[in-house]
Amino acid sequence: MAYEGDELLESVTNKEYEFGFTTNIETDKAPNGLNEDIIRLISAKKEEPEWLLQWRLEAFHAWQKMTEPEWAHVKYTKPDFQAISYYAAPKNRQKYNSLDEIDPELRRTMEKLGISMEEQKRLSGVAVDFVMDSVSVATSFKEKLAELGIIFCSMSEAVKEHPELIKKYLGTVIPRSDNFYAALNSAVFTDGSFCYIPKGVRCPMELSTYFRINESGTGQFERTLVVADEGSYVSYLEGCTAPQRDENQLHAAVVELIAHKDAEIKYSTVQNWYPGDKDGKGGVFNFVTKRGLCEGNNSKISWTQVETGSAITWKYPSCVLKGDNSVGEFYSVAVTNNAQQADTGTKMIHIGKNTSSTIISKGISAGSSNNSYRGLVQINKSADNARNFSQCDSLLMTDHCGAHTFPYIEVKNKSAKVEHEATTSKIGEDQIFYCLQRGLSEEKAISLIVNGYAKEVLNKLPMEFAIEAQKLLAISLEGSVG
Amino acid sequence: MLEIKNLHARVEEKEILRGLNFEVKPGEVHAIMGPNGSGKSTLASVLAGKEEYEITGGEVSFKGKDLLAMSAEERAREGLFLAFQYPVEIPGVSNINFLKAALSEVREHRGLPQLTAKEFLALVNEKSKLVELDGQLTNRSVNEGFSGGEKKRNEVFQMAMLDPTLAILDETDSGLDIDALRIVANGVNAMRSPERSFVVITHYQRLLDFIVPDYVHVLYKGRIVKSGTKELALELEERGYDWIKEEVEAANA
Ligand SMILES: Nc1ncnc2c1ncn2[C@@H]1O[C@H](COP(=O)(O)OP(=O)(O)OP(=O)(O)O)[C@@H](O)[C@H]1O
Ligand SMILES: [Mg+2]
Repeated sequence: MAYEGDELLESVTNKEYEFGFTTNIETDKAPNGLNEDIIRLISAKKEEPEWLLQWRLEAFHAWQKMTEPEWAHVKYTKPDFQAISYYAAPKNRQKYNSLDEIDPELRRTMEKLGISMEEQKRLSGVAVDFVMDSVSVATSFKEKLAELGIIFCSMSEAVKEHPELIKKYLGTVIPRSDNFYAALNSAVFTDGSFCYIPKGVRCPMELSTYFRINESGTGQFERTLVVADEGSYVSYLEGCTAPQRDENQLHAAVVELIAHKDAEIKYSTVQNWYPGDKDGKGGVFNFVTKRGLCEGNNSKISWTQVETGSAITWKYPSCVLKGDNSVGEFYSVAVTNNAQQADTGTKMIHIGKNTSSTIISKGISAGSSNNSYRGLVQINKSADNARNFSQCDSLLMTDHCGAHTFPYIEVKNKSAKVEHEATTSKIGEDQIFYCLQRGLSEEKAISLIVNGYAKEVLNKLPMEFAIEAQKLLAISLEGSVG
Repeated sequence: MLEIKNLHARVEEKEILRGLNFEVKPGEVHAIMGPNGSGKSTLASVLAGKEEYEITGGEVSFKGKDLLAMSAEERAREGLFLAFQYPVEIPGVSNINFLKAALSEVREHRGLPQLTAKEFLALVNEKSKLVELDGQLTNRSVNEGFSGGEKKRNEVFQMAMLDPTLAILDETDSGLDIDALRIVANGVNAMRSPERSFVVITHYQRLLDFIVPDYVHVLYKGRIVKSGTKELALELEERGYDWIKEEVEAANA
């Protein structure tokens, strides 16, 4: 098979976004625009305590003084922050004891997403906190978790039920003024998930949240906080989809992780927000701040992400390795197709002694997309014997897509060992022909080769998630081959 | 089974196959020999459907169908198998998953029921024994880090799994030690049947002691210039290709 760029372009661009449908549930939506009144409205709707309103207002004031960052290798028209509605809650909201009580329309949405909660509940014991347009609708498995003292609930609920924990940890890893989008999120976040694992507890199931942007013209600003107390362990899964929309939707989330002494947090994301159409019209702007703090000695935080969606991705899940012997990991597969742009990577900040970090990044670019890895490895003076290994690979599917690597390394301690490897390769015509000769279709061939390429990262995902991620990779890279 | 008439093919303006005629009947084993660069691998690639090569003339029928009208994957599903001279590595894709996917496509095309996981593994067991392929290799990534000989054995293993009606072996003997050569030849011989045909491309008469061909052909400058029986291979071994080249030049003069 001659694998000419244009042919491949055809073959990979004819895939329509599979999750492009909207759910017809009445929503309660704030007027467009952002000002103090809107923030007061959000806070009031959510029946928040005064301290949190003040916290939001301070973030808002900080945000007003900031400008949108422009250093990322992406091009787009900046969102009009006054044209967005900052709050949309599904109406007729009730408390549910079980998933069976949920609005059938919403259930269908979840099924279309392939979540099938019953299946997941039955097969994998995943507790799902489903966030649809900002308000958490259903939380399962809560009782079982409660027996172990594990708290897993929506952020709104946590503010009411566990104010001491929220007050203690919120914004401690990512200060409100950290960056433009984090400040915006701090001012207007509507919901998200909170998770607390008490001392010595190993969370017996994967905790999972599905995010979905549903209402047209709404931004989604969810806020996630995971705290693993001494000697505890938790694996957290986050999946995202957004229905098809012509206009760009803004998504600016903040995720904070805190691992105390001897604790471990595994955080996995599969992101397939609507990427826009072939010509780059529409799609989600995904401007996310994610950071984990290895607070205590011997703590560990791993980020694993499979990013296939969004028109623009701006995302750097990072680790601050403060505790001695703490470990940070970042495993990433980022796929861009058509006109998608991704600038993603990580920061590993070594502060404690004997800290180590691993970065494995696999970029896949198709169509005329642009895919950049941007990473910082910073070894501070105090970080004796710090270790880092980084490997950044890029796979090109066409001749007119872009792959870029921006590794930054700052070493202030001579005992540090930092290794960086990078490769760029084009998908092999010979590999594809070999597969065809064994009877595989071109689609299947590409899917196999790409999944093989990304295997090191996919292997880090929990089982069911890995299978879903493999399918997603195939979906986002293949089309009607003809 | 396979009928090639006056086949012309070129790549980048260079004509490589120049009026090639060749016929294989069911159950036959044909050996193709010929000097380096004469077009043997090109013939194999053209038959397998590699689009890099442009067909500028001629016809090929396979089991009565127009082979040149079929896509590469259709040809494979119809039962044409090529053991590559240089098998490709596919990192991160396990041999077993690769074969599972391939076999499932092939069986679907042939109207055969899909195998259960258990049946599939039993088949893998049986066929890997045929070429004494280390069980570990079936679990490793396709050809990645395989030795030259292991890659060749893996090709024959894949052939056995996919059960083709026409198998083209492109220098499957090169890079094999004496024992491996015997093992691979035994594997091929075990697969010989009145319905299955083989085209064996080789430089060495030695292989033909193990896989005894019905016919031997010499390919030179994109044409079959001499055909005979297994004795022809012995003669080539002794005399080299010069006398054949001279014959061809004399005929052209
Ligand atoms: N893709 C290609 N591009 C350019 N030239 C090619 C290509 N494929 C084959 N050729 C040329 O065509 C000729 C025939 O090559 P081919 O590989 O078919 O020879 P062969 O008979 O298999 O040789 P060997 O015995 O060395 O394997 C050679 O001169 C080779 O360089
Ligand atoms: Mg050859």
